[in-house]
Amino acid sequence: MEKEIKKKTKLKKEEKKTEKEEKKEEIKKGTEEKEIKIERKKREIVVPGEVVATGTEFLPSEGTTRDGKDILATRFGLLEKAAKLVKVIPLSGVFIPRIGNTVIGQINDISFNGWMIGIRAPKDAFLSVADCAGYINKKDLSEHYGIKDMIITKIKSIKSRGIDLTMKERGLRKLEGGMTIEINPTRVPRIIGRAGSMVNTIKTETGCSIVVGQNGIIWIKGKNVEDELLAKKAIDLIVEKPFIEGLTDKVKEFLQKQKSKK
Amino acid sequence: MAYKRPDKREYDELRKIQAKVGVIKRADGSAMFAFGNSKAIVAVYGPRKLHPQHLQDPEKCLLRCYYDLASFSVTERKRPGPSRRSTEVSYVTANALKSVIDLERFPSSVIDVYIIIIEADASTRCAGINAASMALAHAGIPMKELVSSVSIGKIGDAIVADLSKAEEDYTIKKDGKEIKSATDIPLAFLSRSEKISLMQLDGKATAKDLKEAMALGKKVCKKITETQKKALKKIKDE
Repeated sequence: MEKEIKKKTKLKKEEKKTEKEEKKEEIKKGTEEKEIKIERKKREIVVPGEVVATGTEFLPSEGTTRDGKDILATRFGLLEKAAKLVKVIPLSGVFIPRIGNTVIGQINDISFNGWMIGIRAPKDAFLSVADCAGYINKKDLSEHYGIKDMIITKIKSIKSRGIDLTMKERGLRKLEGGMTIEINPTRVPRIIGRAGSMVNTIKTETGCSIVVGQNGIIWIKGKNVEDELLAKKAIDLIVEKPFIEGLTDKVKEFLQKQKSKK
Repeated sequence: MAYKRPDKREYDELRKIQAKVGVIKRADGSAMFAFGNSKAIVAVYGPRKLHPQHLQDPEKCLLRCYYDLASFSVTERKRPGPSRRSTEVSYVTANALKSVIDLERFPSSVIDVYIIIIEADASTRCAGINAASMALAHAGIPMKELVSSVSIGKIGDAIVADLSKAEEDYTIKKDGKEIKSATDIPLAFLSRSEKISLMQLDGKATAKDLKEAMALGKKVCKKITETQKKALKKIKDE
């Protein structure tokens, strides 16, 4: 019985999907995107030690490992099979830094040749003066970045003793004013949305400038505090209900409703 | 005379199991697991920076377990804080969980596992291990498989699964004296490879008894693994 009901709901979902797809085609979206969307809906939750694929034609990727013929999940999360590649997208957990991640950090300490920066990682992060753009007065580094300043930075390398950061790239800077909020780093892709659709919606609706760090720290700056709080509310909504379909539209609706209340 | 269980269970029957994931909001991963009235809640934090620094291992991550009974969990108030017993249970729990976690992935950091028993009715360490295994998975820590644990007992001549407090205190009268005749064997099995990661013995048992206990433990742990999986997969519905 249960299976039948499931099947029915699945069918219904598929119908909805086709409707949506048609709409999308009208807006002239790429066909590739559509395929990914279909793939996304088939995802199921897997637990560590579970067999997620059998056969030598599959390749284990992130969150999976090979054991003989079987591919096992090593993390708790959503299973995604893209062509032959099998991977698990984590649902929870702390930020695990990777080279090239753009993150938001706070200056914790100043040493003679750089800054210690907290980026919510299991290890210390260090930003050397040599990795900063422009002229810096080495006699007093606090003139450049003081303790408790927030900066947007990039992970340059990860070594056994710690993480090295860099500021030598476009868009990396000190964040002045505004507010920062912390969310679970696994929700970051949801906040950004497909090709930045979600974060752009919030930006245009609230008029705030928003920077999302891969480590789950979000910086919001608007014309006034009310706008910032509204953006924060929208982000909280996404964090609470990440599995809902058509979330971008719902967030837009929510923001417009809140704005009309004023 | 065949032994009859006080709550009329079969020899291989477990008490009612409750399992839930995500019970503590601020933790990186959390879970609750209960065997009847034995209830454990677990919070997992990390991998995070390890302090004091001299404990850091540049090759692997440290797994720190902290097991304790809440002061209201037993009939007579338990003095809060670590005791001789809780230190031992913390140690065996950490060892039971260590083998499944990919500790080399996070050098010189720590994973903290806090196990609090909020209601105790025997086999609390097993409930703690089951909950901890779920909470570790929930915290997104890379693991080879899950860990399931159960206590097997020998009461009189019968080998039974999942002892309650009443069974643990089972006594027989001999020459006018009361003799404690229950043996408690907590076991933990890995969910896929079915390897043993915890085995303790409190009481007397022959080699034959132990073999029987292991076979029974393996059988009932499969059921526990299924409940753990179910609880973890339920998260999407919320």
